Amino acid sequence: MPKFEPVLLANIGKPNSHALAVYEAAGGYRALKKVLAEMTPLALIEMIKSSNLRGRGGAGFPTGLKWSFLPKDHPGPIYMCINADESEPGTFNNRILMEDDPHQVIEGIILSCYATRAQTAYLYIRYEYPLSYQRLQAAIDECYAAGYLGKKILGTDFSLDIYLHRGAAAYICGEETGLIESLEGRRAWPRIKPPFPAVEGAFRKPTVVNNIETVCCVTQIAARGVEWFKSIGVPSDPKNPRDPGSYGPKLYCLSGHVNQPGCYEAPLGITCRQLIDEYGGGVWKGRKAKAAIPGGISMGLLTEAELDTPLDFNGPGRVGCLGLGTAAVVVIDDTTSMVDFLHNSCRFFAHESCGQCTPCREGTAWALTMMERIKAGKGRLRDLDLLLEIGDSIGIMPGTTICGLADGAAWPIKNAIRKFRGEFEQYIQKTNPKGYQVTEAVEALPILAAH
Amino acid sequence: MAIVIVDGKEVELAPGERLNGIQAAERAGVDIPRYCWHPGLSVVASCRMCLVETGTRNAETGAITMLPKLVPACQTPAADNTVFVTDSEKVQRSRAMVEEDLLIDHPIDCPICDKAGECYLQDYHFQHGQDKRRADIRPFTSRRREMGETVTLFVDRCVMCSRCVRFTREISGGSELYVTNRGNREEIDVFPGRPLDNKLSGNVVDLCPVGALGDKDFLYQQRVWFMKKHAGVCTGCSTGCSIDVEENLDTVYRLKPRTNPHVNQWWMCDEGRYGFHYVHSDRRLTNVERLEDDKRLILEWSQALREIDERFRDAGRVAAVLSPHLTVEEAYLLARYARRVDSQALVVLGPVPVVGDDETFKNGFTIRAEKCPNRRGVEEIVQHFMGRAATLDDVSASIEAGETRAAWVSGGYKDAWIDEATAGRLAAVECLVVQDLFDSPLLERATYRLPGAAFAERDGSYVNHADRLQSVAWAVRPPAGVRVEAGVYGELLAMPGLVKARRVLDEVAREIAFFSPAADPVGPLGMDLKARVMAAEAAITG
Repeated sequence: MPKFEPVLLANIGKPNSHALAVYEAAGGYRALKKVLAEMTPLALIEMIKSSNLRGRGGAGFPTGLKWSFLPKDHPGPIYMCINADESEPGTFNNRILMEDDPHQVIEGIILSCYATRAQTAYLYIRYEYPLSYQRLQAAIDECYAAGYLGKKILGTDFSLDIYLHRGAAAYICGEETGLIESLEGRRAWPRIKPPFPAVEGAFRKPTVVNNIETVCCVTQIAARGVEWFKSIGVPSDPKNPRDPGSYGPKLYCLSGHVNQPGCYEAPLGITCRQLIDEYGGGVWKGRKAKAAIPGGISMGLLTEAELDTPLDFNGPGRVGCLGLGTAAVVVIDDTTSMVDFLHNSCRFFAHESCGQCTPCREGTAWALTMMERIKAGKGRLRDLDLLLEIGDSIGIMPGTTICGLADGAAWPIKNAIRKFRGEFEQYIQKTNPKGYQVTEAVEALPILAAH
Repeated sequence: MAIVIVDGKEVELAPGERLNGIQAAERAGVDIPRYCWHPGLSVVASCRMCLVETGTRNAETGAITMLPKLVPACQTPAADNTVFVTDSEKVQRSRAMVEEDLLIDHPIDCPICDKAGECYLQDYHFQHGQDKRRADIRPFTSRRREMGETVTLFVDRCVMCSRCVRFTREISGGSELYVTNRGNREEIDVFPGRPLDNKLSGNVVDLCPVGALGDKDFLYQQRVWFMKKHAGVCTGCSTGCSIDVEENLDTVYRLKPRTNPHVNQWWMCDEGRYGFHYVHSDRRLTNVERLEDDKRLILEWSQALREIDERFRDAGRVAAVLSPHLTVEEAYLLARYARRVDSQALVVLGPVPVVGDDETFKNGFTIRAEKCPNRRGVEEIVQHFMGRAATLDDVSASIEAGETRAAWVSGGYKDAWIDEATAGRLAAVECLVVQDLFDSPLLERATYRLPGAAFAERDGSYVNHADRLQSVAWAVRPPAGVRVEAGVYGELLAMPGLVKARRVLDEVAREIAFFSPAADPVGPLGMDLKARVMAAEAAITG
């Protein structure tokens, strides 16, 4: 094990780590008391801005900057939404935090609300996390009793209520405007932007949406200072003045074909190989890795040769992945078929596409239709080109969809076929020796699996 | 003055005008294909058919910077110096992709689809689609699901534009429709036990860009390319919605709202939409008859008119009852005829049918309680000839007093409009002429029965509740034996040649101050008489 001292996970593993007394004994809520006593909301925003903290939910948008987009002197209300709809396959760091250290989360929410002057926070938690829900609710109740939540927190003029909202298990609710729609009781169809949530979000009021891990980082920055935070991670690229760098500790979710899967805290910028070898104990069963997902399935794939890519906000992008995403590393060993991988990925996105934008709704389903057929031994080489065409044309990057789900659906297709085309071609030729060269449209197989 | 550049062509926007890319392109004569966008509904930008390239022109240098990605034109505001490129290869490719995507799950059953011929999916496929299917071939499916009394859904034809859903939420307000399931399994549906049931329901069929929502009243009645459209006005209530009357070979098959921002925007109510069938009712009067010794004698039109004219002149004192279903021109001609026979003739407004109360919907669309199209127009004509308001009661009183000895009552009502008692009082005259569509207590007592025309058969103008005058032309010819009122009055007045509504309206505009603005040409959206008169007065008094 490397010697990085965990900060976000410091309390994990202690007996009763979810209880207020345990959290306070370890120094919890001291940062909150200090900030409420000594800092103005604006000073806290400045502090977070200068820390270059980037959102941990997937997009890596600078948190302080996001907060500063809120309209100045707004009469209110301003809402804080905490995104705990952690549905990216392979990702479970929020769950660890919510289950075993809920007070760190709540302290972060209180601090974030103080900075943004929000007096109501909605914590949108996915349905599949019943323990997190119970632990958070218990922690919130404890906080109300202890005066950390409610009216006039710790004797100041600042008041805050936190409401837990359970989702109904849809991937799209993790998209920030889909989350807001769902919170409002509507179908989680992501909204068109502008207006961005900071201007018009939940209930048509200015809203900030932050991830669980992000607010935990806020807690730690408030407790330990900007200097500490910036001493960890990858500094900004001096050649690119707009690069905010990748500072701070990060929770990496390691799963798949490794010996010790789990949620590990490491400085941003650790390479994928280091993570697998030093934290995960290497690839399982003495095998070699064939590929790894760098940050949740929607980020695409790293090949074995690309495993030395640093897992910071810029690293995976340099080798053709979508980004760091949620830093959920899934290792795929060399006995695994990439056809299976891509089929599974396509099935997931066809199932989770909200169905609003035509290119994503139909494109993800079309990709699945082809993958089903390829897997069933009726693939054509032409399907690979069609899959790539779908992959290249859907998403917010080409501008054909409203939200980024389609980009996430496109990246595994693009990476898998571009990086492992030989394997796909071989599979198709071997399983469909008579028909692999057909280019005419063929009969579809019935799809049973996607819905 | 803001300038927008569409495909290299400059378009000027009026100060304060807010248009999106689609509307700005329309100004430049460029049609951007779209499914989900509709000017009367909220913007969702989800069909992605209207994707275009956009950028800005630097006002000083004239240099144009384009955005690297495509944007939906419906969601992109046309600001000063905005550049839209709608015909680049990139745009064409994206349109072809959306068309291809939409056809993956579509049954392509155009030969049995009512929408064929006026279907966006069909039209855009020819304009922007590809000629070969690349997606896997699926077995044809055609599921039909009832949405309510008026509308049915062909589930597999739907392209999920969500226009109908937004309509029930934003315009009619009942929110009966919703989207169920997810991804490409999405479908439009109603909630169990809560069918699509509102008085604007038919509009969702107009909104549907494809053949998914079908109008049960029109379903399988006629191919759309056989029908001809005639700009008309709905005579169902005093809102006077602008409509298109669609007919083939003198049969009206459907009415559709005609866009008119001053009256009905894009909508019309079901009452008006489905209320036209009486035009082709077999109960309609088609014979000219004279009552003689309790027997009815069928006459030729010309003979009947000669006899009536004679008997009216003999009677000396006559009355004309102008139905609020008559056009301005017809009402004016009948009044003129009455005054020609008797310079003191009573000219009154016929019964105005009122049912219930005005009903206003979420967006302000109102179905009026007053179920006739032209009360205001006829009222002003009565005012002109009488110098005061006058109604049927004036005629009854005058008959009772022994003054009026002959009366001409015009009808045109589709429902019962007069009771036995009133009819009995009117029947006390020596000669009673009733011109109507259907049998009524009054018709039973008429000396002469004249079959009248229905709304789709008339030429002329109506003035709605808000004093907006709209002129329409006939769409179908009346059934054999029926003559349109204007022609009948023209013959009585011995007017030379065919009676042209426009010529009569010119005369009305000269004679009656209220109608004076109508001396100018009346456009397809009609004209606001009150506003024009007020403007003219303001100009005079300065």
